[in-house]
Amino acid sequence: MEALLAPIHQHVGPLFGPLWPLVWNLVKIVVIIAPLMLGVAYLTFWERKIIGWMQVRIGPNRVGPWGLLQPIADGMKLFFKEVLVPTKADGWLFIIAPILALAPALAAWAVVPFWDGGALADVDAGVLYLLAITSVGVYGIIIAGWASNSKYPFLGAMRSAAQMVSYEISMGMALIAVLMVSNSLNLSDIVRAQDQGRFAAMGFGFLSWNWLPLFPMFLVYLVSGVAETNRAPFDVVEGESEIVAGHMVEYSGMAFALFFLGEYANMILVSAMVSLFFLGGWLSPVGFLPDGIWWLVAKLCAILFIFLWIRATFPRYRYDQIMRLGWKVFVPICLLWIPVVGIWMMSPFNIWK
Amino acid sequence: MEFKTIIFYVLSAVAVLAALRVITARNPVHAALFLVLCFFNISGIWLLLQAEFLAMALIMVYVGAVMVLFLFVVMMLDINVERLRQKFWSYLPLGAMVGLLMVAEMGMVLSGKYFGLDAMPGQTMPADYSNTKELGRLLFTDYVYPFELASVILLVGIIAAVMLTLRHRKDSKHLNPGKQIAVKAKDRLRIVSMPVEKDQPAAGQGE
Repeated sequence: MEALLAPIHQHVGPLFGPLWPLVWNLVKIVVIIAPLMLGVAYLTFWERKIIGWMQVRIGPNRVGPWGLLQPIADGMKLFFKEVLVPTKADGWLFIIAPILALAPALAAWAVVPFWDGGALADVDAGVLYLLAITSVGVYGIIIAGWASNSKYPFLGAMRSAAQMVSYEISMGMALIAVLMVSNSLNLSDIVRAQDQGRFAAMGFGFLSWNWLPLFPMFLVYLVSGVAETNRAPFDVVEGESEIVAGHMVEYSGMAFALFFLGEYANMILVSAMVSLFFLGGWLSPVGFLPDGIWWLVAKLCAILFIFLWIRATFPRYRYDQIMRLGWKVFVPICLLWIPVVGIWMMSPFNIWK
Repeated sequence: MEFKTIIFYVLSAVAVLAALRVITARNPVHAALFLVLCFFNISGIWLLLQAEFLAMALIMVYVGAVMVLFLFVVMMLDINVERLRQKFWSYLPLGAMVGLLMVAEMGMVLSGKYFGLDAMPGQTMPADYSNTKELGRLLFTDYVYPFELASVILLVGIIAAVMLTLRHRKDSKHLNPGKQIAVKAKDRLRIVSMPVEKDQPAAGQGE
């Protein structure tokens, strides 16, 4: 990859002079964000299609061939609508909230390695950065709920604040086990650590990935990820039957669309994190196929499908059930499994040397 | 001027302005959000000082958890700003004294040159130096007992706070999830076999 890009540095670089590193990084950011936004658009389409098929409907099929232009049409429609600001709303915060909902979901991609060495910033504290940035995402929702100066958005905001803080704990604890076995906070190193082991040497890499030895943590992380993105069955934040649309009630036009973009970008991000931490990121599942970004994309798509599958299958949780699952089930499972992994690593049966 | 210096001045300027707004903002929610902004900028300054672990921990713990819960409470309060301002003048002497004390302390740190603080040379670390790793190593080797003690004290604090505020109300209703899951269809639904009471209408007699 570096060799392929060398001519660009050589010929285009001097045109920008000292600004070249800045320009080059901006180009890299666009290369990451543009496919991500396209992915977000087509994730909404894919979701409607899949849920349609699961409910024996057809799903969107009017705009463009097989309905493929539907997300573009939706975007255009929302784009040309007026953004209404309620009279009694808190003007500034009302506008900032949707931006805050989307921005962390995009900023987090800075440390995601797409292939070996293929990250925008390959920082040592990558996991900490991810945790820090994703924990900021909740501000968009609570500020939106408060700034709207309306009852339903406020209830949604309160629910989301409690829910996201609760599930962040089990998410972080599940990650502790991953960090213990991979001995690093660097995302690339975490993926590389999954490439070692008896099964990886035999050519069955997928049995060496973290999902198998850390299976309970994998499940805890996956379910907490669903809860963290406020997706069904954890979508009490915007439960239609109870509080209309939660924090988004007062929003219209592009401001409303930004919340949706943020939610779907977060879904893709959580899927990427599950793939990196538990499913070996860019690693190929079997020895005779080459590693590469396509494996990461394939794993990501599979987990996104699980997200949609869960949404079409389960009824919505009640609020007290959500809190019970987070605090009384997931946290104890993590607290139990972390010492188990610790003892395992100290015992002669340690497989992570 | 070096690029880093520009970033430092931007971050510190925003941090100072945000900190000022924390104490001058009339609306407590705005004040809390300015505090969040201040935390962000401070974390940026720490990143410039190559303390990446502390910077991330500040965002993760304070911005991501503490301030969210803080906002949670502040948003639900119905604060009367007028009443808060009533005793401003009677509290002023004490507040001013604390403020002056802090200014004096900060002055001592900032003018450390005259107090011999710069006797300790600034350290330059190799490029692959990871202060997260170093911090972790120190915490779990040299400082393991103080570290564990601090965490146990925090745990005691949490449990004490819960126990002090926990009231068992007689009339509150609880669910038993274990019992709910163990329910079988035949506990809730009885299917009775009944003979047909009316003859079926003959075919072709519809409306």
